[in-house]
Amino acid sequence: MTDKKNPEYDFTWCPGCGDFGVRRAVEVAMRDWNIEREIPMSHNVVVAGIGCSGNLVHLLEGEQPYGFHGIHGRSLPIALGVKMAREDLNVLVVAGDGDFLSIGMEHIAPQAARNLNVCAVVMDNGVYGLTKGQSSPTTIEETVTSSTPYGKMEAPINPLELYLTLGVTYIASGYSSKPRDLAGLIKRGMEHDGFSIVHVASPCTTYNDTYEVLKGNKAKGIEGTAWELPDDHDPSSRSAARGVIEQGGVPLGVVYQDAERPSLDRRIAGVRERVKPKSPDALLDAFAL
Amino acid sequence: MASQTEIVVRFAGEGGQGVVTAAEMLARAATGVGFHALTFATFPSQILGGPTWTQARIARAPIQSPGDSVDILVAFNDEAYNEHRSEVRDGGVILLDPSVTPDPGDGHRCISVPFDELAKQTGESRAANMVVMGGLSKLINMPVTYFKEFVASRFAGRDKVVEANHMALDLGLAHLSEEDAISDLGEPDPPDYDQVFIKGNEALSVGAMHAGIEFYFGYPISPATPVLVYMERNLVGPGKFAYQASSEIEAVTGIIGAGFAGRKAMTATSGPGFTLMGEGLGLAWMAEIPCVVVDVQRGGPATGLPTKTEQSDLLAAISPAHGDSSLPVIAAGTVEECFYAAVHAFNWAERYQGPVIVLSEHSLAERAQNIPRPDLAATPVESRDVYRGDNGYLRYESGDLSPFPVPGGAGAYVANGSEHDAYGDTTHLAKHHVHLTERRFGKLRLLEDGTYESENAGAPVAILPWGGSKGSAREAYDRLREEGEDVGWLYTIFLNPMPPAMLDELRAKDLVIVPELNYQGQLAGLLRAQGVRAEAITQYTGLPFKPSELSERIKARLAGAGARQAVTA
Repeated sequence: MTDKKNPEYDFTWCPGCGDFGVRRAVEVAMRDWNIEREIPMSHNVVVAGIGCSGNLVHLLEGEQPYGFHGIHGRSLPIALGVKMAREDLNVLVVAGDGDFLSIGMEHIAPQAARNLNVCAVVMDNGVYGLTKGQSSPTTIEETVTSSTPYGKMEAPINPLELYLTLGVTYIASGYSSKPRDLAGLIKRGMEHDGFSIVHVASPCTTYNDTYEVLKGNKAKGIEGTAWELPDDHDPSSRSAARGVIEQGGVPLGVVYQDAERPSLDRRIAGVRERVKPKSPDALLDAFAL
Repeated sequence: MASQTEIVVRFAGEGGQGVVTAAEMLARAATGVGFHALTFATFPSQILGGPTWTQARIARAPIQSPGDSVDILVAFNDEAYNEHRSEVRDGGVILLDPSVTPDPGDGHRCISVPFDELAKQTGESRAANMVVMGGLSKLINMPVTYFKEFVASRFAGRDKVVEANHMALDLGLAHLSEEDAISDLGEPDPPDYDQVFIKGNEALSVGAMHAGIEFYFGYPISPATPVLVYMERNLVGPGKFAYQASSEIEAVTGIIGAGFAGRKAMTATSGPGFTLMGEGLGLAWMAEIPCVVVDVQRGGPATGLPTKTEQSDLLAAISPAHGDSSLPVIAAGTVEECFYAAVHAFNWAERYQGPVIVLSEHSLAERAQNIPRPDLAATPVESRDVYRGDNGYLRYESGDLSPFPVPGGAGAYVANGSEHDAYGDTTHLAKHHVHLTERRFGKLRLLEDGTYESENAGAPVAILPWGGSKGSAREAYDRLREEGEDVGWLYTIFLNPMPPAMLDELRAKDLVIVPELNYQGQLAGLLRAQGVRAEAITQYTGLPFKPSELSERIKARLAGAGARQAVTA
């Protein structure tokens, strides 16, 4: 038996939750990755944050990867430990906007600086869902939520702009209603030798239903905010990436990729080649009387 | 001139004046020829300047504490002289920088030595320390050749430096006269076993290396930073690496990730960093991930006293996280025990599959001392029981310890910080919380193999120190026994879980006296909760106990205990 069937596990997302689509995309990306490399699913580790999004690690269907459902905000450093310990493993982070961008914000910059070779899939619904509807870093200003009864007083952050500024070397933006495209973005992120973030608009049907905003509604004269990146967008260009981000909305595709900067894996391998390890006995010799 | 079995030399001045290295140099030179020595250092939390003092205690027999009164004070400025001269014993000597004017009423012999001026004559202005050493060799009647040999080996291949330092030693020696000598340690009696001269933090680091550490991840913090620095330099090789974290939160979650991935992982920190690791340690306990966290204690709470010693993190070490947990704690009490504590900690973590805390403290971390070279071949190393079956394994099904699946191999599961079922999936059901809470606490029984010291077991009252107070307490105990006091000695590095047989012995005592460097009497309180009639002797000055003061305080308690017993009888 390799597929998991846990009769007792009863958590599920609300009907229409964007995270269903993200789960499908993660499953497809990992499956294709394994087939191409002829490796078993057990070589994949999914590190989850805390929140609705983090439950993805329990809801994966089919053959199971290793999973780690840790503590709020710390999915990145747990993933860092897994990857630094075992560079042979494919390490994926799944987190939400609250987990990743509020409590976990401090962990993005160091991983970008290190160019840690993990892929983070961030499910952004612009709200804290599991705690029932408080404002998150990406909630729009003036929005009334249970924690902002008089309107949100903070400016929302622009995650893509943040990632670019911090030096993340692969930045993709996707939409949960396009799981096939999203799977492609995630797989490219896994293939990227460095820190990759796939930021996904994944609406919350209960507390922040943005499907209409993203897709638009011709009948109501609403233009969708999600837009496909043009074929001639050059992701290796920082200024082109900045231009895309400044256009606003939710661009769909690879916004930026720097394939030149060496990953932490490669730098560590370089040190291991240069430095000869000493045995504990030899280490004691240095203190011998 | 009296013959002495030991000498204490204190160096006091400002940071950057060579004060820190002087004590170490003296101790290293003395141990190099067969004496026993250890250093004590305390300094302000700044790079240059600020009042700093260190001392070296040199003896003919093995020693474990920084000692009592000072035989020789070397004072580099007025402040140092005024602050420390009262600590010099009657008949002791004070060497002074010429800038210091001694108090005419000072009963000690004060000798002015132009350290810097004499050093300049050698062409090597940094040789001032060697001028001091030369003077000391006259004062304690220790052949200057001991220091010369040390200099020759330390600066091997740098003939000019050796020459200048040798000259500095001779100048210092010549500056003092035979009448200045205060004592004679006599010929050393070199131990007949191999030794190393090492600091507590270094011994702990080498212990981790022997235990098979594969991943070190740490954030700089006094006084744990030397462990990070040592690991960064030395922990490298296939599957091995050390790396600087961006915070203590990152450090602890990082080693948990590495532990989950099958590696032996460790971080070292001090009080404030340890507090930040609390939630992560709860995760490691909950998800059953082996890892080792070292807390090199300093004065607390908050930023506290970063460069002073204290033993006030015991309660935090056992319960760093919210919720039901009881983390295994091993507390080193000597430099030698720093090595073994690290090895035992990894063995425990691997055996019971969870986090283990090592407690050290500032005074041990910075203490340089000659210790028997650890016998690596005789120090066993354990590794976790890895799951080697097929898929379909239920990691958390058993009520006991179960084999550990490693990513890449069969047995995929979800390691979960939320309460979980047999699959590792999140649950809120009482039956799972009861089952796994009992499993997690039950595994602690696997760690009840700790050894302990017990002497004069029949005595109704025992002394039980923990951690770095061991040395002072031991010397106090020896004094009391020599004076005919009927008091017993109990000691272990394994504070949680304690060796059950030791706990039985403790419960049988009328009184257990616990010397510890905190206000609350943390271990004494824990022991009382376990049915031991324990009373603490506390001190919270940022400095270790002095053996003489401690033995007096114990004696007072013994008298009190005797009086109480008489009343009860």
